[in-house]
Amino acid sequence: MKRFVYINDESYQNDYCDNQISNTKYTLWNFLPKNLWEQFRRFMNQYFLLIACLQLWSLITPVNPASTWGPLIVIFAVSATKEAWDDYNRYISDKQANEKKVWIVKNGARKHIQAQDIRVGNIVWIRENEEVPCDLVLTGTSEPQGICHVETAALDGEIDLKTRVIPTTCIGLDSEQLHKIKGVIECPIPDKDIRRFDANIRLFPPFIDNDICPLTINNTLLQSCYLRNTEWACGVAVYTGNETKLGMSRGVPEPKLTAMDAMIDKLTGAIFLFQLAVVVVLGSAGNVWKDTEARKQWYVKYDDDEPWYQILVIPLRFELLCSIMIPISIKVSLDFVKSMYAKFIDWDEEIYDQETDTPAHAANTAISEDLGQVEYILTDKTGTLTENKMIFRRCCIAGTLYGNESGDALKDIELLNAVADNSPHVIKFLTVMALCNTVIPIKSPSGTISYKAQSQDEDALVNAASNLHVVLVSKNGNNAEIHFNRRVIQYEILDILEFTSDRKRMSIVISDSQSGKIFLLSKGADEAILPLAYCGQQIKTFVDAVDKYAQLGLRTLCLGWRELSLEEYLEWSRLFKEANSALVDREWKVAEVCQKLEHTLDILGISAIEDRLQDGVPETIEILRQSGINFWMLTGDKQSTAIQIALLCNLISSEPKGQLLYINGKTEDEVARSLERVLLTMRITSSEPKELAFVVDGWALEIILTRYKEAFTELAVLSKTAICCRVTPSQKAQLVKLLKSCDYRTLAIGDGGNDVRMIQQAHIGVGISGREGLQAARAADYSIGKFRFLKRLILVHGRYSYNRTAFLSQYSFYKSLLICFIQILFSFVSGIAGTSLFNSVSLMAYNVFYTSIPVLTTVLDKDLSEKTVTQNPEILLYCQAGRLLNPSTFAGWFGRSLYHAIVVFLITIHAYANEKSEMEELSMVALSGSIWLQAFVVTLEMSSFTFLQFLAIWGNFAAFYVINLCISTIPTAGMYTIMFRLCRQPSYWITMLVSITIMFF
Amino acid sequence: MSVSGSESAASANKPKYSKFTQQELPACKPLLTPGIVIGAFSLIGIIFVPIGLASLSASQEIVELIDRYDEECVTASDKIGFIQDSKANKACTRKITVPKPMKGPIHVYYQLENFYQNHRRYVQSRSDQQLRDKDYKDPKAVAKACDPEATTGDGSLIVPCGLIAWSLFNDTYAFSVNKKSVTVNKKDIAWASDKNSKFGSNVFPVNFQKGGLIGGGNLNDKLPLSEQEDLIVWMRTAALPTFRKLYGRIETDIMASDEITVVIQNNYNTYSFGGTKAVVLSTASWIGGKNNFIGVAYVAVGGICLLLAMGFVVLYVVKPRALGDPAYLSWNKEAAEYSH
Repeated sequence: MKRFVYINDESYQNDYCDNQISNTKYTLWNFLPKNLWEQFRRFMNQYFLLIACLQLWSLITPVNPASTWGPLIVIFAVSATKEAWDDYNRYISDKQANEKKVWIVKNGARKHIQAQDIRVGNIVWIRENEEVPCDLVLTGTSEPQGICHVETAALDGEIDLKTRVIPTTCIGLDSEQLHKIKGVIECPIPDKDIRRFDANIRLFPPFIDNDICPLTINNTLLQSCYLRNTEWACGVAVYTGNETKLGMSRGVPEPKLTAMDAMIDKLTGAIFLFQLAVVVVLGSAGNVWKDTEARKQWYVKYDDDEPWYQILVIPLRFELLCSIMIPISIKVSLDFVKSMYAKFIDWDEEIYDQETDTPAHAANTAISEDLGQVEYILTDKTGTLTENKMIFRRCCIAGTLYGNESGDALKDIELLNAVADNSPHVIKFLTVMALCNTVIPIKSPSGTISYKAQSQDEDALVNAASNLHVVLVSKNGNNAEIHFNRRVIQYEILDILEFTSDRKRMSIVISDSQSGKIFLLSKGADEAILPLAYCGQQIKTFVDAVDKYAQLGLRTLCLGWRELSLEEYLEWSRLFKEANSALVDREWKVAEVCQKLEHTLDILGISAIEDRLQDGVPETIEILRQSGINFWMLTGDKQSTAIQIALLCNLISSEPKGQLLYINGKTEDEVARSLERVLLTMRITSSEPKELAFVVDGWALEIILTRYKEAFTELAVLSKTAICCRVTPSQKAQLVKLLKSCDYRTLAIGDGGNDVRMIQQAHIGVGISGREGLQAARAADYSIGKFRFLKRLILVHGRYSYNRTAFLSQYSFYKSLLICFIQILFSFVSGIAGTSLFNSVSLMAYNVFYTSIPVLTTVLDKDLSEKTVTQNPEILLYCQAGRLLNPSTFAGWFGRSLYHAIVVFLITIHAYANEKSEMEELSMVALSGSIWLQAFVVTLEMSSFTFLQFLAIWGNFAAFYVINLCISTIPTAGMYTIMFRLCRQPSYWITMLVSITIMFF
Repeated sequence: MSVSGSESAASANKPKYSKFTQQELPACKPLLTPGIVIGAFSLIGIIFVPIGLASLSASQEIVELIDRYDEECVTASDKIGFIQDSKANKACTRKITVPKPMKGPIHVYYQLENFYQNHRRYVQSRSDQQLRDKDYKDPKAVAKACDPEATTGDGSLIVPCGLIAWSLFNDTYAFSVNKKSVTVNKKDIAWASDKNSKFGSNVFPVNFQKGGLIGGGNLNDKLPLSEQEDLIVWMRTAALPTFRKLYGRIETDIMASDEITVVIQNNYNTYSFGGTKAVVLSTASWIGGKNNFIGVAYVAVGGICLLLAMGFVVLYVVKPRALGDPAYLSWNKEAAEYSH
């Protein structure tokens, strides 16, 4: 499917949508039905609605329907209001974007219109620092070379400036001509891939040749980017409105469910079944009692011939009486405390990164408890464990190793001398370092040059070259200028053979402006470059150097070059252009063509770049491992570097304490045998106190994941530590999935775009807002500035959240069950007819008010101090194993509620027997007993008390009396004067006191 | 730009410090140390035992005479037939000997057993708005609330309607002490709040007990409901199937070994459902009527607390354990076992 965009052609009617952006979920008209529909998709809400509807049948309802409808409507209104507010804010921001004024060309003249009126095919003009209103194909810029700079932070989170160029056919058009151009752009139907735009453009006469010119993502300005350092730019709108790349990539991520949520759901289901059982048993008992006993009770006046449905009446009444077993307030309470957990993370000063000015952020507010239950952490290496601050440390040029003594090649006298002596190998090496990249030099007014680089490695190389006097001064379009020892050398950049993770190398083709010679400069991973060496070159020294550097934990890059003949270049260039304008399989075709040029290289040398470990990484990993969390390191780096870093950061121990098991092999058989061997060793030594870890590379992993998944799963269960090197983003995600399938709670942490898939796949995704941009941080549930903050995130925030939710959720059930059990017990003395002991107001207030507010202050509860937890990280095992919320703890709470209900009920009916057994009074005594009890249970269960907790617990307690005394002054209320009467009776207070003490036995 | 200015700009995103946001609010952290636990239990015991004893003695001081009369007052074998026969002579004389002196006012209760005033069908069959005022707004709601005893056969509304009013208790008692008749004061037996606010002084019984079936007692058509105190007392429904309701008060004192004669008009039908009836005479004290339960509960709880406190003391002396010793942590224990 393709889309044809006719440039600047009013007569051509297309039915593509206009540029009205709409991020809103609802309209004014569909809000109510749509929102209700969404809310009622939850089982709990359906349940409450059913109960509320049943209550409308006055024959069966034990209480006023308002006691369920009230809270139900409040709860629905709260979440609907929240939705509406969010949606309204989206609407406002959409409106602002839609009504922003932009310049477009209409009938040959520039016109100022609202952004929402842009149509596909319009030419849009943007000035410096303006936001791009829709996806454009660049046709002209203020710069003579036809380039412009954009900031794409809003799109991919990358903060460096990117260069965008106009298509070759548009080069040289002045702004007058740009108003009039006509043509057609053939582009794919809208998709969300912000890295690809496989299209082509053809301008109509009189504009230049009628040739098809390929378009790539480099020729586009995408919606939400900002134009920087360029006076103006103009382009043709190709995708508009919600069909832009940004609009298409906006999706609602699937909500993540925490282990606790799943457990709570399960327990809710169990309670529901229990409730049904109660209903069936009591319902039948009630019917039996009615037929044997109640008919004799003449004052009840049962009719002898009843309608058939009478048999259902008593069971349904019990259903309604028991409906409060499932607390209506639990969802709201949980939402509240969860958002507080998230806020505490956002607010935490100790996980604020001073260096980069980034506070921690919880983007997903619903999963903090899972942090406390993490069992596996899958971590990226570069930028996550390390700083991703690359520093050029050593190099090996033409067999000579520099920087061996001092550990810093830039200070190596030999190298400095070699530069001063114009040693040809060294100069070539430095030229490749300076040129073979996509770095943009930016000259500040004071004359200093700074570099904007997408890759930290390139940045390090260019900076190192400039320190060694080969300075990349400027890059204007296709021209690059290098200063070397006061000489200026001009190069024309002919082609860039871009880096991809498959190719693992990049190359550029340049021509020396003076001599006209054409060169291919390449750099890449050793295994991607060294095999390309020309026949006969001795590469052994390079291989050795790579090994040596890798053992030091340095990142190595291999640099090479080759001179091209003009004919060879021209021939290849044609193929390259063809591949680049392909609409299908462009990436693959381009890679193939690139390979045709990248061969018989002259290997110049090896660069070694240091990437230091972040502060506190070894300690963090040590502590988290003590707390029972297993670490897997997934990296794209090579095996030896990965192992070195793993040793440095305590991930693995060196012999004899630890042992590394390698899974390798090139063929399926080799891999299978290797895997079998490792598995065997694991099984044998799993009982020994020896730290075992396995190492696997991407190649073997691919075979394993497709063929030997079961064996590998067994290995994954046995092995606490693993190092996977040379893995691709999708393999990272697959590994996460594998661990998830073994029922482990996984946390993935990474910093770059290649970690996004694993972060999204894991139960918890943590992104480090690092130098590689914010892509990972955006996709993640939590973003932090440094790896070491993970310790606090898990041990403090995760653990507290788990403990607090465990208490809150079980308590919510406990208090609902308590009141329900009292009702059930009362039914045994009221002829099993389903009379409610409590009045509607009390029941409603008990559930949504008296018992909900005090327990919310559990968000402030700290069972152990933060210091104690970090000193004894083993304590986390309790959370991991789910010791605080599981069927047996829940059974404990269940039993507790039954016991408490029996105590309250028995004491009440004995203390208020005979002449005192007035319904309203007795009901209020039982309710007060429950309220007293709640205050003490919450007090007993909390470990620390701030004044807010005191206020909530005892303020609520006082509020109970104030409210009920107020209600007791209303003559029409059922409980008129009741509370005053009770408060005057000494026996009331004595009864309360004894109920409390008995409950604690 | 000053240095400090650039610094504050560099930390623009730093979270604002407050004790609340950092979860550092000062908190008290009560530790249940052996001392506190022992102290708390002892304290509870020391407080509870006296309260319990006081309640018990108050309860013991109360003189309570219960005379069940439903069996003895019907000599006929067909008890239901007898009670439903409106022409039969229902009078019945009971004699009670007073064991201890009773100080006036002596409360006279009638006690019903196995009578479910709290049955769902029964407890809701009343209309408060009809009782309160003769000018109520919604006759339909009244009729609905009083179902199944809202109207007479011809469809006219009953006042007061509903099962509760319809089943009004109608046994009467006449007392004489030592053959000398004693008046029973039936004034102010109902709650003042009920008389003033719940039962209207302009509401008079209409069509009451005129339906096909006659339930319990009848009412004086000339008296407003606010003065029909027996009805008001009856309509304060009991929460338990065994209950007592105030019948009246005897204001005079009664000496020990005095003989009380009660002449009972045994009208009320508890025979069809096996309920019992009794007349109760009781003095009152600060804990209300005679009720040993609270006193026993207090003494028991206090006693158990003292026992537990002593038990803890013994445990603490015999096998003391240092507070906060990390060696007791489960993982440390396991490690210790592992090393052995």
